[in-house]
Amino acid sequence: MDLRNTWDKWPDANGRFGEFGGRYVAETLMPLILDLEKEYRAAKLDPAFKAQMDDMWAHYVGRPSPLYFAERLTEHFGGAKIYFKRDELNHTGAHKINNCLGQVLLAMRMGKTRIIAETGAGQHGVATATICARFGLKCVVFMGETDVERQKPNVFRMRLLGAEIVPVSSGTGTLKDAMNEALRDWVTNVDDTFYCIGTAAGPHPYPEMVRDFQSIIGIEARQQILEREGRLPDAVMACIGGGSNAIGLFHPFINDEGVRLIGVEAAGHGIETGEHAAALNGGRPGILHGNRTYLLQTDDGQILDAHSISAGLDYPGIGPEHAFLRDTGRAEYLSCTDDEALAAFQLCTQLEGIIPALEPAHAIARIGDVIDGMHKDGLLIMNLCGRGDKDVFSVAKALGVEM
Amino acid sequence: MPTSRITARFDKVKAEHRAALVAYLMGGDPDLETSFQCMCALRDNGADIIELGAPFTDPMADGPAIQRAGLRSLANHTKLIDVLALAARFRETDQDTPLILMGYANPVHSLGYVAFAEAAHAAGIDGTILVDLPPEEDQVLRDEYAKHDISVIRLATPTTHEARMAKVADGASGFIYFVAVTGVTGAGSADPQAIAGNVEMVRRVSGLPVCVGFGVKNGAQAVEMAKIADGVVVGSAFVEHAQSAHESGDYSEAPRGMGALAGELSAAMAAVAKA
Repeated sequence: MDLRNTWDKWPDANGRFGEFGGRYVAETLMPLILDLEKEYRAAKLDPAFKAQMDDMWAHYVGRPSPLYFAERLTEHFGGAKIYFKRDELNHTGAHKINNCLGQVLLAMRMGKTRIIAETGAGQHGVATATICARFGLKCVVFMGETDVERQKPNVFRMRLLGAEIVPVSSGTGTLKDAMNEALRDWVTNVDDTFYCIGTAAGPHPYPEMVRDFQSIIGIEARQQILEREGRLPDAVMACIGGGSNAIGLFHPFINDEGVRLIGVEAAGHGIETGEHAAALNGGRPGILHGNRTYLLQTDDGQILDAHSISAGLDYPGIGPEHAFLRDTGRAEYLSCTDDEALAAFQLCTQLEGIIPALEPAHAIARIGDVIDGMHKDGLLIMNLCGRGDKDVFSVAKALGVEM
Repeated sequence: MPTSRITARFDKVKAEHRAALVAYLMGGDPDLETSFQCMCALRDNGADIIELGAPFTDPMADGPAIQRAGLRSLANHTKLIDVLALAARFRETDQDTPLILMGYANPVHSLGYVAFAEAAHAAGIDGTILVDLPPEEDQVLRDEYAKHDISVIRLATPTTHEARMAKVADGASGFIYFVAVTGVTGAGSADPQAIAGNVEMVRRVSGLPVCVGFGVKNGAQAVEMAKIADGVVVGSAFVEHAQSAHESGDYSEAPRGMGALAGELSAAMAAVAKA
C-alpha cells in the first residue's frame, strides 16, 4: 500500500485507520453511532455550523492561541528553535474545550438535551460542564472514585458549573472505569443523551470527529509558523494519553512528509516496571471502548491499569489513528517517566515563566533528545496543551513540599 | 454437529409447547469447580441452554451483579482457556445441552480468532455472544466459526429497527438474543407487551428463535416473557447465588440456589402452553 500523500484520507468508510479503529460497541449503541456519523457528516458541510464554531472560538475560547518562541529554552538546549503552541491559554486552561465545543454544538443540532462525559483529571469534565453551562444543557460527568478524591478542585469547579458528578466505584475507580460507566449510561438513556468523549478514541466516528475539532491547533500552528519563519517546521511534538491534542497538532501536517510527527507517552515509573501508561511503547493491539488499538493488557486480554503522575495521561489505550501512524512509521512515539516530567515541569516554569500542565511537561522532557539530531536552524513546535495550575498540589507532593 | 445442538434443543422445546430457559452463569465464580457444579444443577433443574460467561475487566454492557461476578472470577485468575476447559469438562458427560460462551471481544482477540474458534469447537461450545463485536466487526471470526459449525449469536435491542435487524440477522445462527431493555444487564424489567412487536419483527426478519433477556428475575416475569419469546434468558438472578456463596464461604450454596431458581423458573414457564 502506497501511503504517500494520502495520510489525511483516513479513516475509511468503516471507520478504520489501517487495521485500527472500527466500531466495537454493543448493538444498543450501533444505531446511535451510525446516526451520529450521519449527523456529523452533515454538520461538517454546513457553513452555519462552521460559522458558529468560529464565532465561539474567537470570542469564548480565545482562539487563535499564540505561537510563542521559547527563547530561553532554545538557549538552554542550544539547538533548533523551539516554539510553543499556547493552547493552555484557552478558556478552561487546556485544549479540551476545542472538542467539547464542537461536540456540544453537534448534540444541540441533533436535539439532544443531556450531555454525558467521562473525565480523569477533570479537564475534559470541566470543559464539558463549561460549554453545557453556556448553552443551558444538563451535564453529567462520570469520574472514577479515586480521581474524585485526588482532583477535588476540579470536582468543585464542575459542580459550580452545574454539572452532576457521578463517582464510579466499579473496577479500579479511574478513567477507564469512568468511560465504562458513561457507556452504560448511554446504553440506558439512548433517546435524549449525547456522549461527549474527551479524546480521539472510542467507536467511529469519534476518533475522526475529535481529531477534526482539535485540528484547529495544527491549522493555526501551520499558518503561524509560515508567517513567522516562512517555512514549515522540521518537527511537531505533543504528549499523548488518548492522543487528542497530538492528533490535532499532527493532522494538518500529516501530508507534509518532511515534518516529523513526535508523540510522547507517559512511562510512569518506567516501562520496564510495568507501571506506566505507554500503550504504544508497552502494549499490544486489542479491543476496548469501541475501537481496536494498542492497549495495556495481560496475556489473556484483560485490561491493565495505567499509571502516570499525570492523571490526563493515565489511560491504558490510545487513539486508533496514533496506532496506525506508529505502525506505518509516519509518526514516532517516545516516552517520558514521572520523574523526567517533574524536572521538565520545573525547567519550563523557571526558564519561560510558564507553568505547564504535567501532561505537556512529558513532551518538554523529550525536547532535548528530539533536537539532538536536528540542524541548529531547525524548527520545532511543541503543543503546550494545558496549564499547570491544576497540578501544583500533586507536584508539591511529589517534591515533598508541605502546602 | 454443534450448531444442530442448539437447533435440536429448540425443536425439542417447541415440541413440548413451551419456551426454553436459558441460564447464564459466570465461569470461575466463585471458582471453577463450583461453576461446574452449578452447570450440572442448572441442567438438572430444567435449564435448556447454558450461557457461560467469560470474565472481562471492562464489561461495559453489564450491570453491577455481573460486573462483580467477573471481578470475583478474575480474582481467581480465571482465563478464557479455563472457561473453555470448564465447558469441555461439562461436555464429557453431556452431549445435548447447548453451551454458549458469552463475553467481550478482547480476550478472544488476544487468543487469536483462529485459535479461539478451534479451541471453542474442541471444548464443545455451540455458539458465542460477544457483546462488543457487532456484525460490522465479526467477519474474520465468523469465517473461522463456519469451519467449525459454531454459531454467531447476535444481540438485538429495542433500538434495533427493521432495516438494522437485517444486518444483525446476516450471518447469525442458533438464535437471536433480544435485549428487552435499553440498559445494562440486571437493570429494570421490560414490559412484555411493549416489546412483543419487536420480538415478532426480530423473529420474522431473522427466521431464528428469539430469546429475551435483561431484567428477568422471577417465575412471574419469566412466564410473561415466555408468552412472547421462544426462550427466556435469566442471568443476574442466577449470578446472585454465586455472590451469596462467595460471601458465606459455603460454595455449595451456589449450585443449590441456582438449581432451586432454575426449578422454579422452568416449572412456571412449563405452565405457559405455546402453539
